[in-house]
Amino acid sequence: MKLNTDWNLGNTGDDLYAALIEAHAELTEEESRRLDLRLILLLANHIGDGALIQEALQRARQGLRK
Amino acid sequence: MARYAYQPFPYRTAPELAGGVARRWPVVIVGAGPIGLSAAIDLALHKIPCLLLDDNNVVSRGSRAICWSKRTLEIFDRLGVAERMVKKGVTWKVGRLYHRDREVYAFDLLPEAGHKNPAFINLQQYYMEQFLVERCFEFPELIDLRFKNKVTAVRQTNDGVEAQVETPDGSYGIECDYLIACDGAKSSIRSMLGVEFKSHIFPEQFLITDVEMKADFPSERWFWFEPTFHNGQSALLHKQPDDIYRIDLQLTPQADPKEETKPENVIPRIKAAIGDRPFEIDWVSLYTFQCGRIDRFLHDRIIFAGDSAHVVSPFGARGGNGGIHDVDNLVWKLAAVIKGGAPNALLESYNAERVHGADENIRNSSHSTNFMTPKNSFEHMLRDEVLALAETYPFARRLVNSGRLSVPCSLAGFALQSLDDPGMTGPMTPGTACLDAPVRDATGHPGWLLDHLGGEFVVMSFGMPASVRQDVRSIVIASEPVAGVETLCDETGLIAQRYGGHNGAAYLIRPDQHVAARFAHPTADKIAIALARARAEVT
Repeated sequence: MKLNTDWNLGNTGDDLYAALIEAHAELTEEESRRLDLRLILLLANHIGDGALIQEALQRARQGLRK
Repeated sequence: MARYAYQPFPYRTAPELAGGVARRWPVVIVGAGPIGLSAAIDLALHKIPCLLLDDNNVVSRGSRAICWSKRTLEIFDRLGVAERMVKKGVTWKVGRLYHRDREVYAFDLLPEAGHKNPAFINLQQYYMEQFLVERCFEFPELIDLRFKNKVTAVRQTNDGVEAQVETPDGSYGIECDYLIACDGAKSSIRSMLGVEFKSHIFPEQFLITDVEMKADFPSERWFWFEPTFHNGQSALLHKQPDDIYRIDLQLTPQADPKEETKPENVIPRIKAAIGDRPFEIDWVSLYTFQCGRIDRFLHDRIIFAGDSAHVVSPFGARGGNGGIHDVDNLVWKLAAVIKGGAPNALLESYNAERVHGADENIRNSSHSTNFMTPKNSFEHMLRDEVLALAETYPFARRLVNSGRLSVPCSLAGFALQSLDDPGMTGPMTPGTACLDAPVRDATGHPGWLLDHLGGEFVVMSFGMPASVRQDVRSIVIASEPVAGVETLCDETGLIAQRYGGHNGAAYLIRPDQHVAARFAHPTADKIAIALARARAEVT
């Protein structure tokens, strides 16, 4: 399977954004980072496709180092 | 281009203070802004007299509400004022989003043809109010519009409302069956009744400026996150008629309102935004905003509509538009209660449906505000990354939020709507505001579907007449006129397409142009039951 980069959140996009903000509210920077990592691991396990996660990793890294 | 000339409306001594006999009004409306004026016109179309009171005698100072949505224009069309507004207004449908110096993407709010009204027009509130006042003047027998008449006290009785009104010639008392409070965000009726307003206040301040200049900017909405020409978080540019541009600049919560609105501080900011060209400042204001509402929009015989009932942040144009949608929802119900003794449950459905609409508007505008005003480094970084991904990936563009522009809410699931018929397909489910499409009437005149709907219940059937009671209006959509019934020719096939209208299908449409029920195989019984439900006669 190829990484789906088409919109796949129906009409829940703004709710997702709000939920992310709420989840991070009042966390320290380190706690925030830990939350993100746990989230990534949970979602990666759910996806369960190593090649797909590799592709997402590469795309996420693009442009970070100039 | 001549700038708008503010003309005071004539003040006249109230008949009650000039020896006349005081009458009891079916409806008194407090506040002659866009919402109160629209309510008066809609009541007049139902032949219900009303007294409309305003404490001022000029239209809104400054452009204030400027973006009027397609659905709102459709309502104004029903009220007989939209064509003038569209003609004067600046029509637009494309929004462009920038992050720093790069365009992130552009969106088109109405990518398809075959609608009478555009996605949006920009028209200053003062023009809207002027046009609505002039429309009110076309109903001298039904609308008594009194300027410089300020309500100073209000009291509910067993069967109505009493109020005291102050004028330059003294004060007088009035009585009415129902009072509609359209007196804005700082509603004095609300305070007099002690109705609590629950809201979330955002600390950011926005500098809002109307600038007159000659420029060939296209008719688009331009929005910048972290603009290079301004050290704040966001900027917004809208084109208005008469060579007036609206520029909104976000300032920090700490900015000093007095300092920031001084010309010597405003001018350099505007120069930075629009470049080196001659301009004049027409109006400057600094605002903060809140999102919230009162618990109930009905308090016995006092009804709240517009900003007196709910307020939102301006991003998304959901304030003025939402208020007009209140009027659209309310007036036919109030008219049915006053004229025909419809059950109070019908009026109660205004509360349920418009509280739902207000909550949707508040939720959307709060989301937009949160996106635009990151409160900490996490929120800032999250927004940055959404904007970064949006340049490459279309999916991320859907997460960028510079305002979710006003669309009518669905009324699905509320008491007046029937459950959807599983035999029907397409998006026009019960509760949806009707979509427009081109039509040709029986005499061959080209026109628009929505011009033929609204004001009363209509059964719209496809191909053949549905069996309905004599007192219900029936329209047939067909390829050519059907003898003996009101036929609209669907030459382009767009009505059948948009409504999933196979031969024999039918829609029951409310007076506010919302679908109440639809039927794959309509029968007289099915339609009668749905109609009784939509009139709150059965639950």
